[in-house]
Amino acid sequence: MGVTLNARFHAGWGTLTMPKPNKETLLDWYRQMVLIRRFEERCAELYQQGLIGGFLHLYIGQEATGVGAVAALGPNDHVITAYRDHGIALARGIDPKRAMAEMLGKRTGVSGGKGGSMHLADRELHMWGGYGIVGGHLPLATGIALKIRYMEEDSVVLALMGDGATNIGYFHEALNLSAVWNLPVVWLIENNQYGMGTAVERASGAKELVRRALAYSSEDGSGMKMGPRVDGMDVLAVYEAISEAAEHARKHGPILVESLTYRLEGHSMGDPQRYRTKEEVESFVETGPITRFRSYLTETYKGVEKALDKLDAEALQAIDDAVEFAKNSDAPTYEDLISHVYVD
Amino acid sequence: MADRPITYREALSSALREEMQRDERVFIMGEEVGVWGGTYAVTRGFLDEFGAKRVRDTPISEMVIAGAAVGAAMAGLRPVAEIMTINFAFLALDAIINHAAKVHYMFNGQFTVPLVIRTTTGGGKQLGATHSHAPEVIFAHFPGLYVAVPGTAYDAKGMLKASIRDDNPVLFVEHSTMLQRRSPVPDDPDFLLPIGKSDIKRKGSDVTIVTYQKGLEHSLVAAEELAKEGIEAEIIDLRWLRPLDLEPVFESFKKTNRCVVVEESLPLFNVGAEVAAQIHDVCFDWMDAPVKRVAAMDIPLPYSREIEQMALPSPEKIIRAVKEVI
Repeated sequence: MGVTLNARFHAGWGTLTMPKPNKETLLDWYRQMVLIRRFEERCAELYQQGLIGGFLHLYIGQEATGVGAVAALGPNDHVITAYRDHGIALARGIDPKRAMAEMLGKRTGVSGGKGGSMHLADRELHMWGGYGIVGGHLPLATGIALKIRYMEEDSVVLALMGDGATNIGYFHEALNLSAVWNLPVVWLIENNQYGMGTAVERASGAKELVRRALAYSSEDGSGMKMGPRVDGMDVLAVYEAISEAAEHARKHGPILVESLTYRLEGHSMGDPQRYRTKEEVESFVETGPITRFRSYLTETYKGVEKALDKLDAEALQAIDDAVEFAKNSDAPTYEDLISHVYVD
Repeated sequence: MADRPITYREALSSALREEMQRDERVFIMGEEVGVWGGTYAVTRGFLDEFGAKRVRDTPISEMVIAGAAVGAAMAGLRPVAEIMTINFAFLALDAIINHAAKVHYMFNGQFTVPLVIRTTTGGGKQLGATHSHAPEVIFAHFPGLYVAVPGTAYDAKGMLKASIRDDNPVLFVEHSTMLQRRSPVPDDPDFLLPIGKSDIKRKGSDVTIVTYQKGLEHSLVAAEELAKEGIEAEIIDLRWLRPLDLEPVFESFKKTNRCVVVEESLPLFNVGAEVAAQIHDVCFDWMDAPVKRVAAMDIPLPYSREIEQMALPSPEKIIRAVKEVI
């Protein structure tokens, strides 16, 4: 059984109806996507070397979704996600040094070495963290959005989840309550086609996951809005979809969006990937989000290659620096071990 | 300010009302807390007084009641979430244990969870196996969470107010058969009881009874009977299962050299097991008899009153246990 994503995809960049971001912004998105890719590749190496422990879930293949979605938010908006969180954390602006230090379990890590790969958070950036229990963060998003309404603020919550999370009870309860209370949440399903090794159609009655929104919406238009199924390999398409969704959430209430993407690596390190063929994976490498975005940029801006090459080199350097920083950082101490169990 | 006798229910109500009046960030959410007025009538009148923004009815969705309360607390509100009975808290275990209790630690102190989850516990009301438990000890297993088990109106008020003002998550467990119990409670709007302090409810020199809530009621009855036979029991009410304050227990034990632990929960891995182990550890040289435990029988609770009562602790069972260690 092969997966043919593109046939189901929206048309891609051609559909962008809002003012296109300027060249500088687009180059910054490219920078972020390459930074995430290099970060993840390096994490895989460090994992093989035994320098990263625990579970490691790579974001390779999904960069356009994370970067495009987070780019659609303002600094006062909120982001929360699941355990495949490195890309989201970096897109939100977490320093790669502190992210890498967390991977290596150092006290300079964003979570002091106590969270690890699945638990990257930065309160200052309103990055509420990655969460290791599938769907466990969805009600937290509902609660954060409740605070926005309660305090009459203007921000929105972007809550990302994998396709697998749509089958757990948390999804139903969190989305339903967000609709009942009309909360400003953009629920974004990153449909990378497999929940661990189980293909979406083998796990969900609704093959088009975004249709789940209908369960929380009414004929008069109240409740959850069913947003688009967007081409998750197209950073501009994701940006546009989430920009519109965020506006809806801010003004009206919750909306569900589905991003069709593909995870080019295993579910986590050591996944034998018996559930898909090499050919299937290969077919997505060629149409991967970075390759596609680079082609778009070179076609759109004559002579931009040099700038892109420079960004490639800078990303590599940033990751080298991050690894250097992480390796040279101290491990947490006994004091760290026993601190923050309770608020003193 | 004079102490006034009020019920356990009124104590809870007035604690909630005072804290909501004091702090705009405090709000209530849960099943039937608003229009209905609370299934145990604790929040009756609150919807009119505070409005729908601060008294929020929810669907029957324990996972999101607990989970959204965690998120709202992380974001800076001070939710008091109600899970109608502790039986339904099983549905919210992940949100309570993996998120409420761990978020502060896991992200190295970046987020705090100033959350109170109120719920009711207890068997003995012929509600059948799924609705008759005193399983609060399960929640006391996990660091990051406090577990309150008030046994009097006085304690209920001071402990609930302290819980709402604290920056840590508290599972606040109320006993469903004790809502009408009365005791004098200060009118002081700043009446607070310290978190994690047990309390000597009766002085005695012959045996130490360690207990809480329903066990406390039974123990007080048993102690009066024992006194007629010249046995003076010292009763220590734990008030909190976490933080667990056993210092007064050790002090008492060093005087009485005997201990009975009384609780309504099941007999395996229970509060009694923990108290006995710690007494063994700290007071080994003062032990004159094994620590005895009185708990519910190791079975699901049945419906029929005759046999349900048979399975639960009683003053008679406590008296028997005390006589075994004297």
